[in-house]
Amino acid sequence: MSEPRLTVEGVSVYYGPFRAVHDVSLTVGAGEIVSVIGANGAGKSSLLKAIVGQADRCEGRIAMNGADIGRMGTPAIVRAGVALVPEGRRLFPNLTVEENLSLGWRVGRRGGPRLADVYDIFPVLKERRSSPARVLSGGQQQMVALGRALLADPRFLLCDEISLGLAPTVIADLYALLPGIRDRGIGIVLVEQDIGRSLRASTRFYCMLEGRISLSGSPDAFDRETITRSYFGS
Amino acid sequence: MVAAIVNTLVQGVLIGGLYALFALGLSLSVGVMRAVNVAHGDFIVVVSYLLLSIATGFGLNIFLALALVLPVAFLGGFALQRYLLQRVSGKAVLAPLLVTFGLAIIIQNGLLEGYGADPRVLPGGALETKVVSIFGMQLGLMPLVTLAAAIVLIFALDRLLYKSQVGALIRAVSDDPGAASLIGLSPNQVYGIAMGIVGMTVAVAACFMGLRSNFDPASGPGNLLIAFESVVLGGLGSLWGTLAGGVVLGVAQGVGGQIDFAWQTLAGHIVFLAVLAVRPQGLFPRY
Repeated sequence: MSEPRLTVEGVSVYYGPFRAVHDVSLTVGAGEIVSVIGANGAGKSSLLKAIVGQADRCEGRIAMNGADIGRMGTPAIVRAGVALVPEGRRLFPNLTVEENLSLGWRVGRRGGPRLADVYDIFPVLKERRSSPARVLSGGQQQMVALGRALLADPRFLLCDEISLGLAPTVIADLYALLPGIRDRGIGIVLVEQDIGRSLRASTRFYCMLEGRISLSGSPDAFDRETITRSYFGS
Repeated sequence: MVAAIVNTLVQGVLIGGLYALFALGLSLSVGVMRAVNVAHGDFIVVVSYLLLSIATGFGLNIFLALALVLPVAFLGGFALQRYLLQRVSGKAVLAPLLVTFGLAIIIQNGLLEGYGADPRVLPGGALETKVVSIFGMQLGLMPLVTLAAAIVLIFALDRLLYKSQVGALIRAVSDDPGAASLIGLSPNQVYGIAMGIVGMTVAVAACFMGLRSNFDPASGPGNLLIAFESVVLGGLGSLWGTLAGGVVLGVAQGVGGQIDFAWQTLAGHIVFLAVLAVRPQGLFPRY
């Protein structure tokens, strides 16, 4: 059996007549961290939405371990092993921390980490498990979003702007967790506007510009100027 | 004088129990689906007729008939949401209103065709006439049972919504259906379950409405108005607030009726408008 792999081939995403993503292809393997960088509006989040079956209209092929998941609905995609940490966390504000986390386990494959494991990773969440998610700090909310996704027992974890709006120390703490997640054999797609931090965390990257891949490869293979030019387009 | 005032208040509280039963389903559908079901009162009436047919047709006790109807009501609510209401939800505010308005007309005319315009009442047996004495007051057992049923149902729904996995799912979808979809929940499935639960509350309301008062095919809009006022008075999303809203309406109607019988219904509406003016979020809003 070949190595588990999430594959996106020639994917385009449309919002009505507007084409937000043009013919994008990427892959991520098990236990690999891949970054998708790009400026605001480059199509990164649209690409992630397409992978989890949330794009209004999408062309191309999205496959996991060779099996086409592009025509499946989001619940089936999550159960197949793809979990998303959405931009802006998208927690349920009136549900408690524990209820938010438990939903992840409920929608997922139910074979991996349990609530106690997530509390081991984020002890502060255990202390606040009965608090409504709306009263948590931004960093704690991001921990809940990440914990919720991990409880779905994903093979591939898609993280959309996990550093957005957080203090640098909190971002550093979250990024410090990523190698541990990767070492469990989970493939991670990091979508970020922060070039430096995401490239340091990943082995490969894709840079998006106006809906297209403008550069891809190992972060070490390109100098900063080349990456910046592909990021902003000039 | 004091005894008359106390009696009016107690009777108001007791009728408030029935109003809360009317309102519970509406509170859930407004709170979860964010849509006003204009046919809610007519659903109560149609289930009353169903209970009447089962109870009289098979000679069953009305509460046994209710037990048989509860799963049917769940499936009916689920199917209605999945195959009709879901098609118009989230599109525009007006669409669900128009669809349920159309349903109300169909139900009223269908019942008129099938059962005629004569008022009916559900057979309550000995329960209808039993009176108990509490602190020297003679109170009908049926109104007391109705209030008790409302309290038990609210307690059960509260536990279901706030202490169970299904409740967490319903509240999650109610909080943010978009986020629910993003993490792999199916809002449509959850809405169907919620509407199934609404169907069960409608069946309980239908049973006690038919036991406590006459009903005919045109009774639905009146029930809807009472349910709507109870929900708004109590505060959106608050189940116990719905009981409070029903009790406020019941007491207002009772006091109004003591002043002048013609004022009975009007007093309820005036108090509703007054509370709305002073506290538009209702008495115990959850959100």
